[in-house]
Amino acid sequence: MVDDPGVARAGRRDPLIELRGVTKTFGTGAASFQALRGVDVAVAAGDFIAVMGPSGSGKSTMMNILGCLDVPTTGEFLFKGFHVEKLTRDERALLRRRYLGFVFQGFNLLARTNALENVELPLLYRGEKPRARREAAMNALAEVGLADWWDHTPAELSGGQQQRVAIARAIVTSPQVLLADEPTGNLDTARSLEIMDLLTRFNRTGITILMVTHEAAMAAYARTLVHVRDGLVEHGEASGP
Amino acid sequence: MSMLGPTLVLALREIRRHALRSFLTVLGIVIGVAAVVTMVTLGNGATAAVREQISGLGVNILQIRPGQGFGRGGGGPAPPNFDMDDVAAIRDQVAGVVVVAPLAQASGTAVRNAANWSTTVNGTTSAYFTAQQWETASGRTFTAAEEQAGKAVCVIGSTVQRNLFRAEDPLGQRFRLGNLSCEVIGTLVTRGQGGFGNDQDDVVLMPIKTVQRRMTGNRNVRQIMVKVDPAYDMAAVTASIQSLLRERRNIRGAKQDDFNIFDTAQISQTLQGTTRILTSLLGAVAAVSLLVGGIGIMNIMLVSVTERTREIGIRLAIGAVGREVLLQFLVEAIVLACLGGVIGLLLALLASWAVAPMLQVPFLFDLRINLVAFAFSALIGVIFGYYPARQAAQLNPIDALRHE
Repeated sequence: MVDDPGVARAGRRDPLIELRGVTKTFGTGAASFQALRGVDVAVAAGDFIAVMGPSGSGKSTMMNILGCLDVPTTGEFLFKGFHVEKLTRDERALLRRRYLGFVFQGFNLLARTNALENVELPLLYRGEKPRARREAAMNALAEVGLADWWDHTPAELSGGQQQRVAIARAIVTSPQVLLADEPTGNLDTARSLEIMDLLTRFNRTGITILMVTHEAAMAAYARTLVHVRDGLVEHGEASGP
Repeated sequence: MSMLGPTLVLALREIRRHALRSFLTVLGIVIGVAAVVTMVTLGNGATAAVREQISGLGVNILQIRPGQGFGRGGGGPAPPNFDMDDVAAIRDQVAGVVVVAPLAQASGTAVRNAANWSTTVNGTTSAYFTAQQWETASGRTFTAAEEQAGKAVCVIGSTVQRNLFRAEDPLGQRFRLGNLSCEVIGTLVTRGQGGFGNDQDDVVLMPIKTVQRRMTGNRNVRQIMVKVDPAYDMAAVTASIQSLLRERRNIRGAKQDDFNIFDTAQISQTLQGTTRILTSLLGAVAAVSLLVGGIGIMNIMLVSVTERTREIGIRLAIGAVGREVLLQFLVEAIVLACLGGVIGLLLALLASWAVAPMLQVPFLFDLRINLVAFAFSALIGVIFGYYPARQAAQLNPIDALRHE
């Protein structure tokens, strides 16, 4: 893995995230389907990785594993030195709570709940006091430029605004890794570029970003490109913006 | 548990958002709790009324009246009344008898200055006070000499006292009953309402001889009260009084008694037993209603979990552990059930308060049954909320996020 560009740039430190020979099989017997067929990936802290690949390539499965939402069938998944594949469901939840932030294609904000409360949600599960929650959430909203929209519910916000609330929710806990699954998939080009600018900005503050996309224009923002095809990974250097 | 506050807020918000649905869901619990609490409250009132009535009659008391069964029955001549010889015979010849008090009753209007008050006059002896366990508040009861001579002396109940004397001290004063002028020698302790809603304090007590001579004009004794020594068997004493009276009244062989002996304890047991059976029957009906209410809650919580699958997915992805999601839905079910419980309690309060006077039983607020019913509704929330909450907690976040 020494020739991995991400690791090289990170100065040969131990990678933050490492998949070693990860496979994932769904179902059993004749109906089984192997989505990942031995994936090796190393992600250095501070990297901005774009995962690309056609649908059915296994990139979503890989992202679910990287997001600690799913576990590999075989192989190892190291996150900050933890063997995630050996952790229980609740331990993985705690890992997500502590270190990860999620941005989804469909925004996935809580309906009928205003922007501020949506952003507060992860802090709630961290057991922060109401005052601290409010303050941190307002700061996060300010960072994505929605401080004035804090009392609007998702239904009252545009798609771009909803995604920015989702980003605020993802970064409010100052996560180590932000996982973005097609974050611009539901947005027009202008909104998409706004989102990419935001992600780039948070990446510069030290947040490692893993983004799934099928748009080359968005992938161009990333420093590292990871191509997934037929359950296997091909690495490549991004051209960079 | 810093999560509990926000969880509670969230639960209330969810319930309010589906106000009608939530209300319909808890209706079963509302009805169940209302039924249980109303029944128990009214049952308690009825029991208390019966107990009051019985204690008004006295403890270990036999009441003897002429006639067959309740009332006089049809046909034939009226059965003869008792007289003072019967009273003396029971007192002297039956073992286990503590006191025997005769009762002759008349009604009359008591007049004093401008005040007049119609009341009941009970002619009896000083044994009455023992049998009834009724003490004087002031003054004294009749002496043997007064009873013998048929003196116009009387002990008055507090209602009569209030109406004739207001705040004045009645002792030594006189008032008129028909053509009889009687002196007040004592006042009775206030007893309040009797078991039949009658005012027990609206009474004037006089020596029986005085009432017989000056008011009823005959030697009849309408009723005999016998206080039995608790060391003796009530049934045995009853039997010996029965055979004594049959002999004195010349009733032989298979001929039926022309008098009745009521055992007050027996009446109370029968009445309380009936009340208890009714209460437990209705309690069982109410329990079924609570069960149905619980199933209703489970049903709606399962619907809620399905509806909110995506929300659960978001929460799990963000880092909620299973226990926290479980708690969220469990709290919602419990809050729902408790809400039903509270509405039920209020309804029961209203219903028993309104119905008690119609049934002529006192309204007794029983804190214990209210607490028990509330706790029970909360418990139903826990029991029937647990399964849906666990379903929610066990959802796979990936699938839940994909849920439409």
